[in-house]
Amino acid sequence: MPETKTTQDVTETVDESVDLTPTVRDRPQDTGPAVFDVTDLSVYYGAFRAVRNVDMKVREHEVTAFIGPSGCGKTTMLRCFNRMNDLIDIARVEGLITYHGVDLYDQAVNPVEVRRRIGMVFQKPNPFPKSIFDNVAYGPRIAGAKGDMSEIVERSLQRAALWDEVKDRLRASAMGLSGGQQQRLCIARAIACDPEVILMDEPCSALDPIATGRIEDLMNEIKSDYTIVIVTHNMQQAARISDRCAFFTAEVNETSDTRTGVLVEYDRTETIFSNPADARTENYVTGRFG
Amino acid sequence: MAITAPLSTGTAAEVVRRRLEGGGPDVSGWMFRLSLLGALSFSILVLGILLVDVFTGGWSVLSSRLGDFLSGTLRSQAADAGIFQGLRGSFWIGVFVVVLAFPLGVGAAVYLEEYASDNRLTRFININIRNLAGVPSIVYGILGLAIFVKSLGDFTGGRSVIAGGVTLAILSLPIIIITSAEAIRAVPNGLREAGFGVGSTRWEVIRHHVLPYAAPGILTGSVLSLARALGEAAPLILVGAVTGRLGSSEGLFDVGALDERFTAMPNIITFWAGLPDPDFRALTAAAIAVMLVFVVLANSGAILLRNHFDKKR
Amino acid sequence: MANLTLQDLRGSPARLRKEALIRAMFFAAAALSIVVSTLIVYSLVREAWTFVSQVEWKTVWSDGWFPRRGDYDIKTLMVGSFLVTFIALLVAWPVGFGAAIYLSEYASPRVRRVLKPTIEVLAGVPSVVIGFFALTFIAPELIQRVFDTTPQQTMLAAGLGVGILTIPLIASISEDAMRSVPNALREASYAMGARKVTTSLRVVVPAAVSGLVAALIIAVSRGIGETMVVFIAAGKSGGSLFETNPLEPGLTMTAGMASIASGTDSVVGEALTFQSLFFVGILLFVFTLGLNLVADRFVRRVRQRY
Repeated sequence: MPETKTTQDVTETVDESVDLTPTVRDRPQDTGPAVFDVTDLSVYYGAFRAVRNVDMKVREHEVTAFIGPSGCGKTTMLRCFNRMNDLIDIARVEGLITYHGVDLYDQAVNPVEVRRRIGMVFQKPNPFPKSIFDNVAYGPRIAGAKGDMSEIVERSLQRAALWDEVKDRLRASAMGLSGGQQQRLCIARAIACDPEVILMDEPCSALDPIATGRIEDLMNEIKSDYTIVIVTHNMQQAARISDRCAFFTAEVNETSDTRTGVLVEYDRTETIFSNPADARTENYVTGRFG
Repeated sequence: MAITAPLSTGTAAEVVRRRLEGGGPDVSGWMFRLSLLGALSFSILVLGILLVDVFTGGWSVLSSRLGDFLSGTLRSQAADAGIFQGLRGSFWIGVFVVVLAFPLGVGAAVYLEEYASDNRLTRFININIRNLAGVPSIVYGILGLAIFVKSLGDFTGGRSVIAGGVTLAILSLPIIIITSAEAIRAVPNGLREAGFGVGSTRWEVIRHHVLPYAAPGILTGSVLSLARALGEAAPLILVGAVTGRLGSSEGLFDVGALDERFTAMPNIITFWAGLPDPDFRALTAAAIAVMLVFVVLANSGAILLRNHFDKKR
Repeated sequence: MANLTLQDLRGSPARLRKEALIRAMFFAAAALSIVVSTLIVYSLVREAWTFVSQVEWKTVWSDGWFPRRGDYDIKTLMVGSFLVTFIALLVAWPVGFGAAIYLSEYASPRVRRVLKPTIEVLAGVPSVVIGFFALTFIAPELIQRVFDTTPQQTMLAAGLGVGILTIPLIASISEDAMRSVPNALREASYAMGARKVTTSLRVVVPAAVSGLVAALIIAVSRGIGETMVVFIAAGKSGGSLFETNPLEPGLTMTAGMASIASGTDSVVGEALTFQSLFFVGILLFVFTLGLNLVADRFVRRVRQRY
């Protein structure tokens, strides 16, 4: 099968450990359409460049994991996909990031619309101080849905594997739920908006292993309906649940003594963990570093 | 392996014990602590004496003719005088503060904490507000006199409750802004992110999440501001509050009379306090007692409210 | 989803307009504060300028402050303000500071919960009440028993009254400053075997010094700006000779302003009487503004550190 040459084809690195060219492999024969297409993206906070020159495509109905040590710009990268970085005054984006071909950072694009289609689950569960029902119904309501929300609420809670536990107390406050339940509620809340993509920023890092396991199972169940991008510190988690992995690391800028995140390698998960192309990736996944 | 015998009565144990228990009582420490407690008690003592002094002084009036006292008007005879006009003036001033200063103050705080980016203009506005909070109240009276009594006299009726009310509303504005901004700042950012994450607009996040969460703090600050404004006399002196005799005698809710001469509780108290007639002394104490009931209730209520919500969080 | 266009991501223009309008309204509320400042300065300057340009300067340095007569001896008022504020601080500072150290370092949370609100209630007592208290209790019961030849209205009585008024202010700012000192510093001191007294005085207080200085400056500013206590308890509403004896009645800048404006009719007297009100006002404004700006610097220094 001939490999279509895409603009993302990059050179294979040999054993030069100092070669900084990222290895980004798309294998056209086993991929679906691209939801996000990132081209030469850099994110700045004021004068400080947090992440540089990222090129990648996020594929539909896959779980894409951003892995790497902390401080490498993974979360910064993730928050570009739903324009959440806008909330930071000094944040600025250079390069191109398209969503189904539309430039996300075009002047005319309204971030509110973007976030209706691209949902987010945060590291620390943050349910609204309202009832469980109102938490889930909130998104659809502000999007203009009227009338009885019970169906949407039930459906979302079912998909988030929380329905059975809360169906008798939908009017109770969400703050009374356990950490794991709250996070599943946040997932249900995101699902209720009927997004295409769900971004997850280390969703399990504040949870115990059992709760973590349930959410990982959940992700496996729902990935056929959504495209999921997840940032995780937990390599094993990435290996368990993701289809594709993007490994980030940080370069030290000698003059300013800061660190800039850079995408090192992006490929199918099996390859990243069993046969990575870059020495830095290998060092990370074998636990030698990070 | 030898086991060391315990040195139960040996000199080493004694030495150690003496060291650890020794030094004698911490006299200076205790004296220091006592003096601090004394300082704290002094304040409470003063408050106590003040309250007792006021209530016993005014008791003769309050117990014998409370109704007449509350409904009577300013007279030169102590036996007939009452505070109704003061209550009326203070009531309307309160209305102005609530209607003008609360929304404008909270609105300004919302802008500064939720919308404004960190640029020169924002910092300038912030410094400006902090300065306004420290301006003496009598200077606000100058503002009231020059602008609301003189320049805008045609609209406000000159030395009227309107001028007084607007002046005190402006006086309350900086504190309301500062306390509301603090309350809004205390809202955890995760809540905002959750709102934005599901596609809320900025106003939706403020309206559905930030303001409800910050409401207790905002309310507390606003009530305290109102209580303070109702106790201010100096600005009203400049705006022309009457203290001698106030001819007119309208009802409490008589809106048509808002542009006429007026008086307020603190001003009546000031005037009566300066009269040599001892009967007026009792009257002053009684008037203070009435005012204090409101003010202390408002303060305590606000503080309790704040403590209650602080505990809940 | 494959046929997404830019149009889909725009959002409705009506909604965008509404959001912009709401933001503009909030901005207007915030910008109003600048309007207020401008109006204050304008009000002061306009009439003060008339005074400054028309006054005979020798009257600004005469025997006393009698504005209705044309004597505008400003030093009478300034010395009065200084004296009253000084006396106030002599009372308020040790008491307020002491109470603050106790609440911050010694009091158990339960004690604190009860005592701190009490001080805050004292803060809510209107100044006219304190003025009355100074006149009818402090003067006869305290001052006149000790110095039995003094009149009832004295600057000392007013000063003590202003002091009482200022205690809660100093206490709360100082206490906030001390509480924001991280516990790690205290623990380091105790770990070396220091007593509580030593830790409080030698570790916490120096660490919180910016806030404590700010409290002092703000108290001075408040003392200078206080009107009604002096007006009621220090007498001399018509005017006053230059007076440095606290056991005599006197006038401060603020009470002087209030005197000009009060009376049976608003402002009568010599040609520049009305304007003299604004002249004193602008001096008062400048003093307190300067003090507040300095205090603000100190407060931010505390915040920055911790």
